[in-house]
Amino acid sequence: MEFFEQFAVPNPTPTIYLSMVAIGLTLIAVLAGITYFKKWGYLWREWLTTVDHKRIGIMYLISALLMLFRGGVDALMMRAQTSRPGNELLSAAEYNEIFTTHGVVMIFFMAMAFITALMNFAVPLQIGARDVAYPRLNALSFWLYFMGAMLFNISFVIGGSPSSGWTSYFPLAGNQLSEHVGTNYYMIALQIAGLGTLITGINFIVTIFKMRAKGMTLMKMPLFTWSALITNLLIVFAFPVLTVALAMGTMDRLFGTHFFTIDNGGMAMLWANFFWVWGHPEVYILVLPAFGIYSEVISTFSKRNLYGYTSMVVAIVVISTLAFLVWVHHFFTMGQGAFVNSIFSITTMAIAIPTGIKIFNWLFTMWKGKIQFTVPMLYSIGFIPIFTIGGVTGVMLGIASADYQYHNTMFLVAHFHLVIIPGVVFAMIAGMTYWSAENVRVYA
Amino acid sequence: MNKKWLFSGFLLSFVLLLGGCEPVTVLDPKGPQAALLKDVIMISIWTMLFVVIVVFALLIYILVKYRSTKTASDYRPPIIKGNIWVEITTIGIPVLIIVFLSFVSVQSTYQAENVPEGYKDQEPMVIYASSSNWKWHFSYPEQDIETLNYLYIPTDRPIEFRLYSFDAISSFWIPQLGGQKYAMTGMLTTLNLAASEEAEMWGRNSNFSGEGFAEQTFNVNAVSQGEFEEWVDEVQETAEPLDEETFDELLEPGHLGQKTFSGTHLEFDPAPEEHGSHDEMNHDEMNEEDTNHSDH
Repeated sequence: MEFFEQFAVPNPTPTIYLSMVAIGLTLIAVLAGITYFKKWGYLWREWLTTVDHKRIGIMYLISALLMLFRGGVDALMMRAQTSRPGNELLSAAEYNEIFTTHGVVMIFFMAMAFITALMNFAVPLQIGARDVAYPRLNALSFWLYFMGAMLFNISFVIGGSPSSGWTSYFPLAGNQLSEHVGTNYYMIALQIAGLGTLITGINFIVTIFKMRAKGMTLMKMPLFTWSALITNLLIVFAFPVLTVALAMGTMDRLFGTHFFTIDNGGMAMLWANFFWVWGHPEVYILVLPAFGIYSEVISTFSKRNLYGYTSMVVAIVVISTLAFLVWVHHFFTMGQGAFVNSIFSITTMAIAIPTGIKIFNWLFTMWKGKIQFTVPMLYSIGFIPIFTIGGVTGVMLGIASADYQYHNTMFLVAHFHLVIIPGVVFAMIAGMTYWSAENVRVYA
Repeated sequence: MNKKWLFSGFLLSFVLLLGGCEPVTVLDPKGPQAALLKDVIMISIWTMLFVVIVVFALLIYILVKYRSTKTASDYRPPIIKGNIWVEITTIGIPVLIIVFLSFVSVQSTYQAENVPEGYKDQEPMVIYASSSNWKWHFSYPEQDIETLNYLYIPTDRPIEFRLYSFDAISSFWIPQLGGQKYAMTGMLTTLNLAASEEAEMWGRNSNFSGEGFAEQTFNVNAVSQGEFEEWVDEVQETAEPLDEETFDELLEPGHLGQKTFSGTHLEFDPAPEEHGSHDEMNHDEMNEEDTNHSDH
């Protein structure tokens, strides 16, 4: 009985109980609907057991859109809470759960699923392969991701959501300061979904290296396939670090080890380092496929060839290398001294150079073109100015001394939303419409 | 016509909504470190503004000039693979900007980490700032005083804050005096600040640390040397002494407002070693203390 008691919701409110009822009713409605329309066989044969890369891509896409809704509602609740001072819409504990969930859902279950959806859908078609190299592993990847996402999402009605931030810094996330089971969900759900991502990474590297159509040399690959290749290399190098960190965190919380605890020799800084050694490449894992999509869309609807193909490829490779050399800029304020901060400050700002090349190349692709304002093109054009502001604020944050003032403020929050929303969300919607029928409609 | 009204209404709403914003404290420095960081921030804003203007201008020009409705229906866009001079420019100028900002960054980071310029001839005053959920304990070993959630500091004297935490990672930040730094368990970090004028300011923990995080703030009074000494004497005469039992109560999670004590908790619950300098032996000692502490 004691075991089950820890799954009671730690801050029960009428809204949580209503959500439980709503989840129950929705589930019953979905199951009843499938039974009524006699779709069980179809669902089982065509979707649940499929190994077709396009179908798996579509399932990733649907999951990503669902998670976009979930994370988006979390964002609306946070904004409603902070709309006026002293607002009592949400308690502090609820707010912490919601803002943690927003971050985790958007990064792991929305953005990662969205890029995987488009890679699944487009990469085999672009290189002329029948499917990915390991179709069954591909299905396994999806179901690992999906189960991780569902496990994480169920936490808010069973046991309470994690509430120590999407970065889950120890010792705050340790048993001493986060007593309820929320953070266990974080550790285990991300472990399951992360395993799926790692398998995807290996799958796509093999697919792109070994299954290209005859005559398609690396430097003839479409830019989206290039970006997918580099992204998957980043995944294979970065995700094992997260796997290890999550395993250590899980052991701290469940089996009484002391990797990150306050006492007995625990080292909380180790978590921060592990997290960002994975976490910084992660943002490039998200943004590189976006760069690939924009390269395709902008060139198509400007009726021009892509300007500077070689420098675009070189820029992606340089960015992916620098991605592993900048993680300390997430905690310039941890007291590692002026020398270490100076080095990481320079490597951080250096990323602006290859990124700048890409921005200029997109502009020069439109140059002397015949620009058509289709839906994907509108997203791409919106991306350039917003991402530029996100990029220059990134350079400002990269100045270590100035970061002592920006760190942990809304300036930082604004920076990464200005990068991630045009750099991931816009790109994914652009890609989604580009590879569907929506691209034929022309505005203006 | 209607659209124009809508647009001006949109602009007006900015004036009305943003008019309520308080002045940005980071850009209103009361000490040399904050003044330095303000200069760095302004240099970076102007440099980056140049980049933003170039990109925006190019984008608008290209979109206006090369939209399909503006070009002849038989216009066939050319194939342009690249131009070495264009590429040298688009790489060269960003490289120059980054080299310039790197110099600014390295130089100012060294300055911000050390005792501020012009204050180096004085012996810094040491204040231990330790964080516990969700309070700040300020210990003045020199004056033998401890305060909770407020600071009195003399102007025109360098102050060396030694930071550590009893639980979650916290970040000690007084925006008008300078940048922030983490306070963590089991190690000490050092932050060099100074106040150049008398002022009342606020400071806070800026690092998310759980339920009471939003209210983990404190007040800072920068007063003249004479006034500071008067305050110290007054506290010595009137404040209750701080004993171990009282201090353990203070450590319980919660909010307690401002409190003043004579004596510091460092006597019975010493601060951890300097960051990076703890060797194996110190580590064991520290662990022992921690274990003892949790026994109380």
